[in-house]
Amino acid sequence: MSLTDSLPDAEAQCRQLAELIRPKLAKNPALVGIYSGGAWVAERLRCLLGLSEDIGLIDVSFYRDDFAEKGLHPQCKPTLIPFDVEGRHIILVDDVLYTGRTTRAAINELFDYGRPAAIELAVLADRGERELPVAPSYEAWTLQLDAGQRLALDRNDHGQLAWRLENA
Amino acid sequence: MHNPQLNSHGELTHLLSTEGLPQAILTQILDTAESFMEVSSREVKKVPLLRGKSVFNLFFENSTRTRTTFEIAAKRLSADVINLDINKSSASKGETLLDTIDNLCAMDANLFVVRHASSGAPYLIAEHLQRIGRGDIHVVNAGDGRHAHPTQGLLDMYTIRHYKKDFTQLRVAIVGDILHSRVARSDIHALTTLGVPEVRAIGPETLLPKHLDKLGVHVFHDMAAGLKDVDVVIMLRLQNERMNGALLPSAGEYFRHYGLTPQMLALAKPDAIVMHPGPMNRGVEIHSAVADGPQAVILSQVTFGIAVRMAVMSIVAGN
Repeated sequence: MSLTDSLPDAEAQCRQLAELIRPKLAKNPALVGIYSGGAWVAERLRCLLGLSEDIGLIDVSFYRDDFAEKGLHPQCKPTLIPFDVEGRHIILVDDVLYTGRTTRAAINELFDYGRPAAIELAVLADRGERELPVAPSYEAWTLQLDAGQRLALDRNDHGQLAWRLENA
Repeated sequence: MHNPQLNSHGELTHLLSTEGLPQAILTQILDTAESFMEVSSREVKKVPLLRGKSVFNLFFENSTRTRTTFEIAAKRLSADVINLDINKSSASKGETLLDTIDNLCAMDANLFVVRHASSGAPYLIAEHLQRIGRGDIHVVNAGDGRHAHPTQGLLDMYTIRHYKKDFTQLRVAIVGDILHSRVARSDIHALTTLGVPEVRAIGPETLLPKHLDKLGVHVFHDMAAGLKDVDVVIMLRLQNERMNGALLPSAGEYFRHYGLTPQMLALAKPDAIVMHPGPMNRGVEIHSAVADGPQAVILSQVTFGIAVRMAVMSIVAGN
């Protein structure tokens, strides 16, 4: 299907997102990517912005609000925050912003490491349909999708990021 | 064959034994435990997974360490933990096991951690819960008789994977009273399922069960031969009551033949690790120089045990 052909270039969007964030570098921000797509985008942003500090990685499995219905995600990864969260300016990075529930879980998790000075949210794509009062601070792409559609970020063997649209 | 530990989707809903669990579930537990290791190193050592849930520690048999690590694990998952030392309460007043369970169900329990001197007690409880329509309550076996101690088995697997990475190239020796050891049984089933090619059992004939070879285990009565070139040595505790019985001449005699001394350990691979489920009898099954030496990972096992128990409780509670 030609859906993929019409999707924008995710790599170009990463560069666009980096330029949106660049004015904030004065705050010495720390990047935290949400597994797995957000982690790839955060790593890309780190390179584009020339940040020397390692990015943080968050898996929100232990903080999700659907544990009672869905149980524990079978492939959870360790959260890794290689810097002191206390007093830091943090930019949370995700690939797709949708209901806002993942963002809520990630913010809760960050606070168990300390009290950040501020948390901002950078996303490659915002597909709307929020279920919580969450808004991105930086976004490269705003789009509308049907409830049955799923927008996913892939990374190929060469590390290139690309969008994939699935119809349920 | 029906496995009472799994639900209709093949997911883990009780942990009763490592026997019969598919490799994918064992690996899922170990992977999840790895994520929980990180939680224990945080400023706030808590995640909200079991918030509002009640975990009952039912210890019909004494154990300070296992009970404490289950309690810490449940608390780090934000559960409410109730410790029942049943030796001192209902059972001694004559209440039956299942009456005790019915009473705790009426107190809205969500998960039972059960230690019992009788093999099969946790199975009995799991089946009873099914029968009374409380399949939503989960059971984790914390050691039943001579049968199984699956969380100890799993934390042993976590320890081995942590230090040795790959199970499929290993030689693992289990030394001591395998006949009475639920830890040994849980280890053997887990090691085999995870693909360890050579599991050895070392001990006197009186302390080894008869059909070990049927489990694919190589039997050694000579400690030196059994330890040759192994990657992992799992020492078992020699229970005091065995030392005075007919099974063994004396503790000193046992140590001479099956005690892990530095000289004995030198026969294993130079990077072999030494494990022990605790509590140790120094000078009976293990020499202090080994217990405190660089190859011992015994205290790491305790730390890993908390993460493994967090993984088990959060996986069963979610299924």
